[in-house]
Amino acid sequence: MTSNFTIPKFRLPGFVAALGQKLPQWPHAVTLTLGLNAALKMGLLPEGDLAALDDKLFRVRVHDTGGEASFTYRGGLFRPVFRPQREPDLAFAANLSAYLQLLARQEDPDTLFFSRELEITGDTELGLIVKNMLDAVEWPQLRLPLRGH
Amino acid sequence: MPALPDLVCPAGSLPALKAAVDNGADAVYLGYKNDTNARNFAGLNFDPKTMADGIRYAHAKGREVLLAINTFPQAGRVADWQRAVDAAVDQGVDAIILADVGLLDYARNRHPQQRLHLSVQGSATSYEAINFCQREFGIRRAVLPRVLTLAQVENVIRNTTVEIEVFGFGSLCVMNEGRCWLSSYACGESPNTVGACSPAKYVKWDKKPGAMETRLNGVLIDRFGDDEPAGYPTLCKGRFEVQGETYYALEEPTSLNVLSILPDIVKIGVSAIKVEGRQRSPAYVTQVTRTLRAALDSLAAGGERYHVKPAWQAELAKVSEGSQATLGAYNRPWR
Repeated sequence: MTSNFTIPKFRLPGFVAALGQKLPQWPHAVTLTLGLNAALKMGLLPEGDLAALDDKLFRVRVHDTGGEASFTYRGGLFRPVFRPQREPDLAFAANLSAYLQLLARQEDPDTLFFSRELEITGDTELGLIVKNMLDAVEWPQLRLPLRGH
Repeated sequence: MPALPDLVCPAGSLPALKAAVDNGADAVYLGYKNDTNARNFAGLNFDPKTMADGIRYAHAKGREVLLAINTFPQAGRVADWQRAVDAAVDQGVDAIILADVGLLDYARNRHPQQRLHLSVQGSATSYEAINFCQREFGIRRAVLPRVLTLAQVENVIRNTTVEIEVFGFGSLCVMNEGRCWLSSYACGESPNTVGACSPAKYVKWDKKPGAMETRLNGVLIDRFGDDEPAGYPTLCKGRFEVQGETYYALEEPTSLNVLSILPDIVKIGVSAIKVEGRQRSPAYVTQVTRTLRAALDSLAAGGERYHVKPAWQAELAKVSEGSQATLGAYNRPWR
């Protein structure tokens, strides 16, 4: 990541979430699983740790957009789950800015967890496996066209 | 001014190792993906291949790689720890950090050329203990437990030729290093037995309206209000009811931060400053390494004019566990 562009902490206005909750949720799950499967295909996720994800139900909730996505990992692929029939094995909840900061490796998940900006509930060990798996990914060098000050 | 101490930074993954190297660590420390090290958490640490990649990356930039084999061999499985020592030597790490005297003896006899460090888990707080390990096992460096005052650290340094490494930043626990069994009290497993304090499979974060509860194997450790910072789920940082009052009966969640006494640490001749946190992500390693590097370089550039920049403190405060940073034992009045 470039060091001269930083993602600020922000919270979208309340009406965004109110509106977001009324919109269909399936596009989130589809987009998220497409991204994860692309990472799989590029060999970025370690095969040894993926076995622990088999048949687990995950939920990612974005407080301030009102969006949420549920998905599972089965048969070597991430698959969207549109109408989850049970509580997820692992659930994440945070504002959009926290997710962006995590993905950009700008903030540490423990930092966000200590400051209560990231909620992780469910199977704690599964959460640790996922966290450490994402930490260990060597993302291809991204060249962002954005330049801050 | 004495030579600047080495900055020794944690690496739980290859990206974290690269972050440490790229941001100015003189050395990184890491561990294998098993219970031979005290950060044996799911998905963390190095297999032989990623370790080889990491060693290559660090050496190409002239930095050192230190391998922690800092748990205690368990009955019937001593060979597992000995094999880890052999593998580390084969991989060409610059030093192995060991805690167990039996393993130190093995490493010394089997690999006399290998540089050995005494781990903080070895619990050596006196120069007598450190000199003993030098005489018997040829250790080159000792990592001091976080219980000594600065004056006591100086006294150790004056009475030994072994290099002394101290902690400079990171989460604090009760610091009964190498001897702590608190985690076992709740779940039967602790750093000394399985290489992990409060293993994740026993931890439950329960979100309730207005509060979050933390349990370790069913034992309620803490309850955080929505606006309260959370901490690691360890017994030593729990809030317990004692004689009708509920409070941090053992210890408050805090982080060590030595920026304000950095000139003193350098002056007394400390050889290396260690950053805690192999369980943290590459983002943490980047932030902490960058900050301590800037502080050390600023000290080297203008010794007398050194002052702690607010930006450094802000960066470190953000990644700290708990809401406060302390100087730990370094500035305690005790002797």
